[in-house]
Amino acid sequence: MELLEQSPELLEQFAAGELQAFEALFRQFQSEVYSWVVRIVRDPAAAEDLTVETFWRIYRAHARFDPARSFGAWARRIATNVALDHLKSSAARASQLSDTLEPEATPDSVTYNPAVQREVRERTQLAFRQLPPKLRVIATLALIEEQTHGEIAAALNLSTAAVKSRLFRAIRLLRRKLGNLDTKP
Amino acid sequence: MNEEDMSEQAMSEQEEKNLADLLKQSIAPVNRELDRDLWPQVLRRLDQRSADPTWFARTWFAQTWLARTWLASMFSAHALSSVPWFDWALLAALVVGVCVFPNSIPVWLYHF
Repeated sequence: MELLEQSPELLEQFAAGELQAFEALFRQFQSEVYSWVVRIVRDPAAAEDLTVETFWRIYRAHARFDPARSFGAWARRIATNVALDHLKSSAARASQLSDTLEPEATPDSVTYNPAVQREVRERTQLAFRQLPPKLRVIATLALIEEQTHGEIAAALNLSTAAVKSRLFRAIRLLRRKLGNLDTKP
Repeated sequence: MNEEDMSEQAMSEQEEKNLADLLKQSIAPVNRELDRDLWPQVLRRLDQRSADPTWFARTWFAQTWLARTWLASMFSAHALSSVPWFDWALLAALVVGVCVFPNSIPVWLYHF
């Protein structure tokens, strides 16, 4: 997310709860927040709802915002939490529906890389979706979206060491699952 | 860092890269551009919250309604008359015990 500079007056007005200041910040950041959320949840429709949820939480927490700090980084942290909550609830719903997850049949699943065999792709998707949400977020951002450990740490409010540790666990789990599925990277 | 550690690290970095490549090829890419303005939805969300009774008021109402319903059903004449005599005897013994040994009240509270 591009961290744009905002005028201190605007941030102070927002912290005081002024709706116009909130709207100005919303206009400036809605695309960046959406882009960040959709990278994590990988579902454009859900990402729109989660962007609205993020800004609702941002407005609700306006009194806790420190105008001396970056609004963009704060918004990204809240967006990450919202996306993580979504992944957790989706995982809970999926486990209620079925003990064993079936590979997701996305309509464009054959279009993004025909070179990878369908079976390998489905097994990789399955292994990826079976990761615990906390590890999946980090695996998505680090391995697919190529975000730096520092950026991920800032977004998740974790230390860089914690991000590395979780990434290591995610990779180990993925390797184990892909090994169980007889599909080694 | 010795040679063995370095080769192990290089191997794990290579494995991480292989895994990242496989994931990128397997997980569907997403369109990262927002193609509509979400401000009306945010405003609607804000309006809904301000129009609703507060969470606290709704929770308080629900809790007091549940408590009144529960108390009414617990202490209705029919409910009281259906309690066996032995339970009344136990209750009486408990009350007597508490009156005689008031220091035992924390123990009873702990067990309940």
